[in-house]
Amino acid sequence: MTAPVAKYADAFAALDTTGAPGWLADLRSAALAEFNAVGFPTTRNEDWHFTSVTPIAERSFRSAKPSAAPTLADVLAATVGDPSWPRAVFVNGRFEASLSSLKTLGAGVRVGTLADTLKDSPDFVAAHLGKLATFDKQAFTAFNTAFAQDGLVVRIAHGVKADAPLHVIHIADAQAAGCMLHPRLLVVAEPLSEFGIVESFVSLKASEYFTNAVAEITIGNGARVHHYKVQRESEQAFHVGTVQVAQGRDSAFHSFSYAAGAALSRTNIYSRLGGEAAEVRLNGLYMVDGSQHADHQTFVEHIAPHCASRELYKGILDGHAHGVFNGKVYVDPEAQKTDGKQSNHALLLSGTARVDSKPQLEIFADDVKCTHGSTVGRLDDIALFYMKSRGIGAESARALLTYAFAAEVLETVELDALREGLEKIAFERFTQTEQ
Amino acid sequence: MGSSIETLVNKEYQYGFVTDVDSDTLAPGLTEEVVRLISSKKAEPEWLLEWRLKAYRRWLTMTEPHWPNVKYPPIDYQAARYYSAPKSVKPLQSLDEVDPELLATYKKLGISLTEQKMLAGVAVDAIFDSVSVGTTMKEELSKHGVVFCSFSEAVHNHPELIQKYLGSVVPYSDNFFAALNSAVFSDGSFCYIPKGVRCPMELSTYFRINAAETGQFERTLIVADEGAYVSYLEGCTAPKRSTNQLHAAVVELVALDRSTIKYSTVQNWYAGDKEGVGGIYNFVTKRGKAHADAKISWTQVETGSAITWKYPSVILQGDNSVGEFYSVAVVNNKQQADTGTKMIHVGKNTKSTIISKGISAGEGQNSYRGRVQVLPKAEGARNYTQCDSMLIGNKCGAHTFPYIEVANNSSMTEHEASTSKIGEDQIFYCKARGLSTEHAISLIVSGFCREVFKELPMEFALEAQQLLGITLEGSVG
Repeated sequence: MTAPVAKYADAFAALDTTGAPGWLADLRSAALAEFNAVGFPTTRNEDWHFTSVTPIAERSFRSAKPSAAPTLADVLAATVGDPSWPRAVFVNGRFEASLSSLKTLGAGVRVGTLADTLKDSPDFVAAHLGKLATFDKQAFTAFNTAFAQDGLVVRIAHGVKADAPLHVIHIADAQAAGCMLHPRLLVVAEPLSEFGIVESFVSLKASEYFTNAVAEITIGNGARVHHYKVQRESEQAFHVGTVQVAQGRDSAFHSFSYAAGAALSRTNIYSRLGGEAAEVRLNGLYMVDGSQHADHQTFVEHIAPHCASRELYKGILDGHAHGVFNGKVYVDPEAQKTDGKQSNHALLLSGTARVDSKPQLEIFADDVKCTHGSTVGRLDDIALFYMKSRGIGAESARALLTYAFAAEVLETVELDALREGLEKIAFERFTQTEQ
Repeated sequence: MGSSIETLVNKEYQYGFVTDVDSDTLAPGLTEEVVRLISSKKAEPEWLLEWRLKAYRRWLTMTEPHWPNVKYPPIDYQAARYYSAPKSVKPLQSLDEVDPELLATYKKLGISLTEQKMLAGVAVDAIFDSVSVGTTMKEELSKHGVVFCSFSEAVHNHPELIQKYLGSVVPYSDNFFAALNSAVFSDGSFCYIPKGVRCPMELSTYFRINAAETGQFERTLIVADEGAYVSYLEGCTAPKRSTNQLHAAVVELVALDRSTIKYSTVQNWYAGDKEGVGGIYNFVTKRGKAHADAKISWTQVETGSAITWKYPSVILQGDNSVGEFYSVAVVNNKQQADTGTKMIHVGKNTKSTIISKGISAGEGQNSYRGRVQVLPKAEGARNYTQCDSMLIGNKCGAHTFPYIEVANNSSMTEHEASTSKIGEDQIFYCKARGLSTEHAISLIVSGFCREVFKELPMEFALEAQQLLGITLEGSVG
């Protein structure tokens, strides 16, 4: 499998690395070496058993060139959320200052591009970049680390509670066709701070490109971070995204992942509960149709005692779509009094859709409570019958039940504008499908 | 056939093998000659030798799998002896020569003295009893047309059945250990229940009395013809010493239309000492194929072996077929278990139920690994899975690796798993009522495993409960 990765050597040599410090050049070279050594994962790799990345491996994506920015109206029309939120917009992987609006961020929240932050506070970047998202045996993280040209660094000062979330918008337009985009996000929430961040991945025009995103989020003691990922890439595109989180004592991390786009998508959300009494909540919804493939992998690492994890993932699959869920919960021998709950439910709307689910528990401590549940099925015939007996047409009944299935997890989205936007999308989608 | 065997027998002289029929044991190592020799010793027909050789050649191309969640030092396949006649085991003269720890366990299980002697391998005249009991049973079985004999006997007496069904569920190419077993299997059991016959007795009793040393590479084949019913119990609640480290057995069940096979296992091989020295590696391939309206039910109680690695599975081939898996796996000290099941739904309206109870104590590591696969044509398939793990002590581990693969939307699969500590308040309650801690644990564990024990034939269910108590002895201090 080294051939598919070797073709990226020239693109790596052509990267503009002027002004990058020595340690960063070393990190990138090491990442490229690892990428070359491990190659793209195959389905023989247990973590990729149900997802073949051959379509990504067999293509040759090129680095994106700077292009003319779309209009702000186009960007806002393509995204879900409140336009008044402070935002950082990336077009084809590059930061676009003219579309971004970071002025409304409160005091104590510092947001800058990776390039700018490297100039302002190189030590800070050196201390955090690549520290959580290590690339040992991780081809896609290595690929991103070697090629990440632009990115965002967010720092939330001690005790600061931000009012509005930061919306990070990744836009792919017509120019993205054939390109690879490697966005990078670094978030450091200092102790007792609270912050929300929405990452949207959208396209303005259907085209074939490859997004390979990596986010690293460090949550200090007593801090709370809400992370929303909205993946609505072009249905011809490929998306691999990794969110790697480290949590301190009494901290909270709430994640919501929405995946409806891309021909092939894989979302990794990994959280390490390193401090006592930390809490993590991972929710997600994937809705795919046609020949789309959506894969989620979550990993909760209970390292410290008295931590709690909650997880709810739901999938709705139509056409020939293929959904994959792999949720791992690991409990270290030291992590006594762990309380872990996980559930994954998938709804198959067509006879040709398929789901592979692998909830996994690895427990090395005895004084714990861990459960998981997983179901796969279609709409409940009895519920449908009940609704029909109350005068609701079969089509409407199906639409309502499907929507209700999705709504359970959408309700957990705390940002009103985002929740309402996603609910509207889901509602329209299912009422259309059924007519 | 005769002449080819003679040729082979002559050949083995060339290679210097000992041929004293009563006490022969091959030199260590595995070669094509060894496979030929095993076959010729058993005077097997040409087709079976060919089959063994195909398996051997396939085995050479395979590599030992390392995906399970167990750890063990590398196995040297060339250091093992692949043929050892049963009589080579030297009988002990009296019970005094038997390991006292083993005797203590027998006593706790309430096993009769005669039986104790047999199990421990002491030469006693009780053997005569068993032969006579065995004969009576054989008569009763043959009255119903039931064939129940050793695999080697079946090869000679019922070659057409063996040829038809051998490898039909677990092909020789299935996996590394199945290929090894297919090449060198020593003996095993064969059972055939004719059309519409309900086997008049639990085949367990008979088996227990005849618990002969069948070697480390056993092969069991059970065929239930249309509408037949059989309940089969393998193994023994009493611990058995074995000098063979690696046990790679294969069990194949064929349930033809409307038949039922109930297969129960109580496995209590030597688990090694408290430090994890010694003990059996129990690497077994067990699979059944259920045809239309047939039912296959696996029940297992796994308390022994240093390492248990097996997944009794059901291929739900025919429409309306049913698969069940009930399991209790207990690990203590340094034992490791990676066990579970595979339910492959092929036919329409197929149903499967999986109930797995894992108990980890001491430094034991217990993994449930299961696959529920619903193929696109399995309309209306239904699965329910429940796996619960209980942890006793803070050095053990419990792991769950379920794979749920659904490609049909008229099917319904449900999976639930939980892991928790043995309830302190439950122990306290029992102690407040005058029970000792050990009794309390035994009681709670029995309750935890109840759903599985109720699937076992009654007398074994009782013994299995006692066995559990013994396995967990000293795990709470």
